[in-house]
Amino acid sequence: MANVKTRLLKENIAKVLMQLSGITITGSLFLIVGTILYKGLPYLSWEMVSQLPQGGFYIGKEGGILNAILGSLYLGTVSTGLATLIGIPIAIYLNVYVKNGSFLARTSKLIFDVLFGIPSIVYGAIAFSVMIWMGIRASLLGGIITITLLTIPIVVRTIDELLKTIPIDLKHVTSSLGATKWEVAKILLRYIKPGIFTAILLAFGRAIGDVAGVLLTTGFSDNLPIYIDEPAATLPLAIFFQLSSPIPEVQGRAYASALVLTFIILFIVICTHYLASKQKKHKI
Amino acid sequence: MYSLSSIETKETQNIIFPTTQPHIQIKDLNVHIEGKHILKNINLSIPNNSITSIIGPSGCGKTTLLKTLNRLVDDTKGVDVTGSVLVNGEDIYGKHAEVTHIRKKMGLLSQKPFPLPMSIFDNVAYGPRIHGERDKKILKGIVETQLRNVGLWEEVKDRLDASATRLSIGQQQRLCLARGLAVKPEIILGDESTSALDPISTQTIENLLVELKKDYTIVLVTHILRQARRVSDYIIFVYNGEIVEFGKTEDVLLHPKNEITQQYVKGFIT
Ligand SMILES: Nc1ncnc2c1ncn2[C@@H]1O[C@H](COP(=O)(O)OP(=O)(O)OP(=O)(O)O)[C@@H](O)[C@H]1O
Ligand SMILES: [Mg+2]
Repeated sequence: MANVKTRLLKENIAKVLMQLSGITITGSLFLIVGTILYKGLPYLSWEMVSQLPQGGFYIGKEGGILNAILGSLYLGTVSTGLATLIGIPIAIYLNVYVKNGSFLARTSKLIFDVLFGIPSIVYGAIAFSVMIWMGIRASLLGGIITITLLTIPIVVRTIDELLKTIPIDLKHVTSSLGATKWEVAKILLRYIKPGIFTAILLAFGRAIGDVAGVLLTTGFSDNLPIYIDEPAATLPLAIFFQLSSPIPEVQGRAYASALVLTFIILFIVICTHYLASKQKKHKI
Repeated sequence: MYSLSSIETKETQNIIFPTTQPHIQIKDLNVHIEGKHILKNINLSIPNNSITSIIGPSGCGKTTLLKTLNRLVDDTKGVDVTGSVLVNGEDIYGKHAEVTHIRKKMGLLSQKPFPLPMSIFDNVAYGPRIHGERDKKILKGIVETQLRNVGLWEEVKDRLDASATRLSIGQQQRLCLARGLAVKPEIILGDESTSALDPISTQTIENLLVELKKDYTIVLVTHILRQARRVSDYIIFVYNGEIVEFGKTEDVLLHPKNEITQQYVKGFIT
């Protein structure tokens, strides 16, 4: 048996390691946010967030990135919304309707694990070839479909994990009251409601920040994303294009765009936390 | 309670029980879980309007036996059930058996209380609501009646809209009982329903169950012999997946016929 001294030593080593990684993560976060703020803030202007790119925007002249802001918001919210609408029923089906441990349950979980891990460029490439085959050009719709497919596994896996944390007795007492599977499912959803916001948040973060998935399927455009069958701009791609420019002005705008993207995500995070905290009332 | 003048008698495990169409009859029940033989050749008639306790050492199959009665065992991975369980003469494992309907007849009181994630009122009203009751007045009536039934009304009548999880564990368990009673079951199943409760709450629940047996058939799993003795009319002793002894409480606890039962009752097997 290890004596108290060595056990305490282990405890302290573990503690130091945890603190170190904590500091590293927090440090990197500050470094990233700091860099974006330092490099982007001077270029962030009302003009930039309220105007479309004017002639010469990409060589440092006037205009803004409103097209990309709206494009990303559009793409992010619609895809996340669709992924949630499709993903939650899938997770519910796998946990409530499919028999525990059955072939269908096991294979579908495996498939969603794999889909979860596939890089978005693969989704983009596959969607792109399908679109070519169907004669559809790069468009907002193509992007929405691709990003929805990309985020469904995130929703399914997160909700699935949440449903697994529910004690089986809750399911049992509910069905003992004569509840149908659908009614049981509704109780389970109510139980995990705060967690669902987290799932949506994760999906949204992935959806709005993805570059590879939209590169081939959505294209880019200087116009407002009004028509679903036309190419649309997105913030990550706008950042990418501007950052590749040799002109310092444009590079600065890339950081300003990154700042805008960060603000959007921050805003969504705050909203989700607020909504989730409102749901805790009946949590067991 | 059972007049010997009952027309029909049935032999179960060598004990004669008068039967006036028992609520629950188990015939040649065998349960395998992932290939393991968990319940072996169970034949049993559970007497109506009385409390029957299932006792036995840990892992002997008490919970499994209880769960086969309302088909919650269906949820277990790799389970295989053969034989039949007749509830009011209808085989719940039969081809046309409808699980939702079967379960409604049997209230379940779990080991720990599991209030639904909603208010106290909604917990009790949940069952009647899903079964189609929409009238607010009637729902209010049901909630009050059932909360009074379990002696919770005075304690919660001013905070019916509060979350059920704010109640103490003992109150939650009584709430769960009220919630179960609100769907008008015929049978109450309890799996160590007092094991998470303090002595006072335990006593409250026990008294309630004794009170309720005039209207319900009650089956309890317990590993507390004193509790089995306090509340039950009949005892089923399960050992290693088999029913070793079944009879009147005094008979099984005070004059057990079987050697293993004797040892268990004396506390040699736990
Ligand atoms: N889901 C399961 N998978 C595999 N084996 C199981 C499962 N559930 C129960 N068993 C086995 O079935 C047997 C009976 O279990 P059961 O839970 O019915 O026992 P119990 O008498 O209720 O015990 P306790 O007093 O500890 O609650 C045990 O040997 C257990 O290991
Ligand atoms: Mg048990």
